[in-house]
Formats: sequence, structure tokens, C-alpha cells
Amino acid sequence: METVLAAPLEIGFDYTRSLGPVLGRFMTGLRDRRVLGSRTADGRIHVPPLEYDPVTHEAVTELVDVQPTGTVISWTWTDRPLDGQPLDRPFGWALIRLDGADTALLHAVDAGERSQMRTGMRVGIRWASSRTGHIRDIECFEPGEGSAPALESGEDPVTIMRTPIRLAYTHTTSPEESRYLRALAEGRLLGQRCPVCHKVYVPPRVCPADGVPTEDEVAVSAHGTITTFCVVNVPFAGQRLEPPYVVAQILLDGADMPIPHLILGLPADEVRMGMRVVAVWRDRAEWTTSPENIAHFQPTGEPDAPYESYEDHL
Amino acid sequence: MSETVAVIGFAQAANRPSAGTTSGVETLVPVFREALASARLDRREVDFWCSGSSDYLAGRAFSFVNAVDAIGAFPPICESHVEMDGAWAFYEAYVKILAGEAETALVYGFGKSSAGLLRRVLALQLDPYTAAPLWPDSVSVAALQARLALDAGIVTERAMAEVAARSRADATTNPYAQVSGHADPGDLLAAPYVADPLRKHDCAPVSDGAAALVLAGGERARRHRERPAWITGVAHRIDPPGLGERDLTAVPSASAAAEAAGLPDDLDVAELHAPFTHQELLLRAALGLDDRVRINPSGGALCGNPMFSAGLARIGMAAEQVMSGRARTAAGHATSGPALQQNLICVLEAES
Repeated sequence: METVLAAPLEIGFDYTRSLGPVLGRFMTGLRDRRVLGSRTADGRIHVPPLEYDPVTHEAVTELVDVQPTGTVISWTWTDRPLDGQPLDRPFGWALIRLDGADTALLHAVDAGERSQMRTGMRVGIRWASSRTGHIRDIECFEPGEGSAPALESGEDPVTIMRTPIRLAYTHTTSPEESRYLRALAEGRLLGQRCPVCHKVYVPPRVCPADGVPTEDEVAVSAHGTITTFCVVNVPFAGQRLEPPYVVAQILLDGADMPIPHLILGLPADEVRMGMRVVAVWRDRAEWTTSPENIAHFQPTGEPDAPYESYEDHL
Repeated sequence: MSETVAVIGFAQAANRPSAGTTSGVETLVPVFREALASARLDRREVDFWCSGSSDYLAGRAFSFVNAVDAIGAFPPICESHVEMDGAWAFYEAYVKILAGEAETALVYGFGKSSAGLLRRVLALQLDPYTAAPLWPDSVSVAALQARLALDAGIVTERAMAEVAARSRADATTNPYAQVSGHADPGDLLAAPYVADPLRKHDCAPVSDGAAALVLAGGERARRHRERPAWITGVAHRIDPPGLGERDLTAVPSASAAAEAAGLPDDLDVAELHAPFTHQELLLRAALGLDDRVRINPSGGALCGNPMFSAGLARIGMAAEQVMSGRARTAAGHATSGPALQQNLICVLEAES
């Protein structure tokens, strides 16, 4: 059996979060090397702070200083740190109850080796040298009773925190998609026909109307008809073309489901529904198992297709 | 409006370390077919479809929309989705039938756990202000819970290894299991820690898979299945998100869900969704399950843990115990979130 195609997929985005009155003061405190806990109606001090009292459901307003030192109440050990974790050498994760707090904070302990970790051990905060008002302002904890003193800061309160997210995946295609992509690498367009409704899908997919896998492979033309289109006028991150340009749905001859692609080679305001177009392939030397082998579509100059020929494919 | 709802069909894909496409469509097609066949229901007779999955597993937005292809959504269908294990989609479908808005439903869960580094991806279910930015992986978080239970004398490493050994032995008769075999607990304890105090046998494997469950109300269930698994109680509860905010050795949300669902004292079988050995021991205590209750005849999540369908599969396999006549009363349990934060209990009985 042919192997299916798979490729790395890396995604990255930044979460930008408004902090609100409680977490804003907590993060401002971390920037200034202070740890604040929130006091609930039962008198308990929560670190990290709670925004609402879990018993009375009232908003929590009182924040109090706790110590930058505390006691490990549980721990584990990481031999091979993962991307993004606080330390890039073996370290301990711990739940740490800071002195003056009633709840535990999760963080890393730079203990050197596993044998140094134990329940009940005393640890202190190692502050990050550059602090922005973020949980990472605590670089990690370290064994012992020490921690740098709080600073008197005149800076503005922290109201926003930014957390970058980076995730890596392997994206895996189906056998039918793999054959479609391999055909593209040879400059061919392949569809698949549904055994029930006989519609041809490009790219191949489980028939969305019948819920059955498609079986028959069908060669599809590089010529087609614009069923509908839009003129992109809005710039966005990662945009490759200068607006305005046209993205259209193109019903390839022999297919029943249109594909989206670029229409170039004429002014945007001359593109119309029913226009006949043909794929413009990149240089053969650049072909890979990718729909990007087709650079764009351009008009063929044929008469427009009548509306009735594509009205069921909109 | 239906006063009773039953499980009338179930199917699952084999749990594998890596299988299928990222979208999951091709995996779901045969699972739907088999589940509907076991319920003697045509796909066009399904009033309501509900799924559980997560974009974080697929690495792209609205990934569940792809999966709708496997349904054959023409003419248009009534469909919903939860970004949780399919067990919570099951709850939505159950309520939908009780409310009289549907008579039949197909519930499914799916996901390709192996597409990313699962234990790292799962850091993103933690508090986004104070925990997730540190990227604590799910195995380390479970290890913190296990140590608290060990330090408190609630579990022992030996008892945890015994859970693993029993689960693997049971899984030898489960053709869908990913891990199975006969192991001596003493030998298991000789293995190194992966996240002290957890060893490899304490942690569920990373599994790709899918599961589908068919539900029907009252008379409709009787028409389709000689011996439906009647749902006599379902409830789900949640504990606070902060790992340091709750007693990680108790599972109050599981106890509360069991009480609300009316978990009976004379239970024959329980399928518990415990991805770590110590969590099975904590759950048994929280649910008050004594040695008379047969735990995880399937081998449980320790022998195959496809994210977003493993909880639904617990309900499905508990229902199969009842539908096959092997059990009169069974319970399916599902968990979601870090360290058993959210828990769902479903009680199934042979008579409504």
C-alpha cells in the first residue's frame, strides 16, 4: 500500500488577555517582585488570587502581600523539559504554598537533580531579570529561604498580558488526498466520484451528501468556470498579493464542487460569474505535492458559460 | 417528550498509537456504519447528531466541521458540537431527547491525539493567566496529584502497578485495546519513573481513535433493540480550575455527580475513565465502589485513551455490558480537564 502524505504544521499565535482588577494587581505585583494573594470571606488567602469568592460568589476586592518563600506540598521531576517550560535543564514541578497563603501555586523548582526534591522542602522565588507583569516574572523557585526584596515602583499598573503559543503538529492526509497531491506534482488534477450520487469531488473527500468514501478516480480538466468570486480589498497579516485582487470559486470541467483560487491577468472589476478560466501552472521545476503548483487562473477568452450550467454548484 | 432514554448502539475504532487522517473523517465513516447497524437505524432516521472533539488536537480552527462529511449531511441535519469529550455531547443529546426535540441521536467523539505532542497541547486546558504560560504537561500535572495521594497514604505505588496489571490483563479480550498483556506488578515497579512518582505503566498511552453511540427515547428504543441499556441517571459536575485550590486527592465533582445520577449500591460493572492508575483508585473511593463492582472489563483508558472519545467509549462499553446481558446495572464515567477536574456519571440498567 502506498504511504499517505504527511507534513509538519506549525501554528503560532499570541493570546493577549485583559487582566481585570484582581489579576491586574497580582501581575503588577510580580513586576515589582511582590506576591499578592486574595482574601475570601472565610479569611483564606488564595495564591494565585481568585477573582470571585467560591462560597459567597461576591467579587474579591482585598489583596494582601504574602512571602516570596514557601513550602513544597507536592512535586514531580522533568528530565527532558518541553518547549516553553520555565527551565531548559532538568527541573522539578511543584505545588508551592507561599508563607502567608492558604492555597498552592504551580511553578518550577531549579533543584539541580531529583534527589534534592522532597515534600515539605523550603523554596524561594528567583525573579526574572526582566519583568513585564506576567506569571513568567517568577523565573522559577530555588531551594532555600532566599528571595530578592520587593521594589518600589512608580510604573503604571499592568492591565494586559501577552502569552505566545507555539504548537507543532504532523498533518496527515487520506490515501485519496495523497493520490490527488501526488498527481498535482505531475501536473495532473484528480477527482474522486461518489459511488452513490456520482458527483465528482476535487480535492477528493468523503461524499458530504452521502457519507461514503469515494472510490473512482477521475481526471479533471484544468479549465473551468467561475461560479462566484470576491474582490479582496482588505490587507491582512501574511497576505501575498497587493489588494485589490480576486479570489473565485472555480468549477473545473468534470467536477461537481468548485475549488477556490486566484484570478489574475485582468483588472479585478472585469471578473464575472460564468467567466471561463484556465489554470496557470508554475514552472515544472517548482512542482511539489501541493495545490500551489497552480499559480492562479486566468481567462481563456471563450464565451461565458450560461448560468444554468453552474447554478447547481453555487 | 420522552421520559426514558436508552443506549441502543455503540461502535468504536481500534485504539492505535497513530492512525488515520488529522480530520478524522475516514475513521468515523465505518464507526458510524457499525453503530447504526447495531441499533438497526438508518442514518436518515437520526434526528440529532452531536460530537465532541478539539481544534487543539487537529491544530486548526473549526476542525469538527470536516467530520460532518462522514455523516452525509444532505438533506440538512440537526447537529451540535462540544469542545469536550464525546461524553458531554452524549449529555446534550440525552437532554435533547428528554426534552422531546429528538427521538433518536447519534453521539460521536474523535481526535488524532498523535498529531501534536499531546501532553504539551494539554497544558492549554489550564488557567490561561497563571498556569498555562508555564506549559506544565499533563503527565507532570497528574504526577503532582499522584504524589499527594501517596504522601497521604491513600494509594501506594504497588496498588497503582496492580491497577495497571489488572487493566492490561482485561484488555487481552478487548480487540480495540492498544495495550494489553500479562505483567507482574513487581516487574512493573522495576521500571524507571517518567514523571516521579509515575512510571510508564501508570500513564495511558497516546491513542488515536473514535467512538459513536446511538440513543433513542422510550418506545423507539424498544423497537430497535431487544435489550436497550436504559439510562436511569446522568449527571456531571466540575471542581475549581486552580490545581492548588482543591484537594487533589479527593474528587468532589465525581462524588457529587454520582449522587446526582443516583449511582446504585448494587452496581455490577463500572467503566471508569482514569488515564492514570492512581486516578482509578481515587475515583473508586470517590464513587464508593467496593470490590464487588467489576471495574473496567475493557481494560479502561490505561489500555487505550483516544482523546475526546475515551469517555464516551466508557459509556458505550458499559452499555454493551447491559445490552449483551452480561450486566444488569452498569455505570459509565468520563473525565475531562486536568487531574480529574470534571466528571460525568451515567447509570445504565436493563429495565427502565
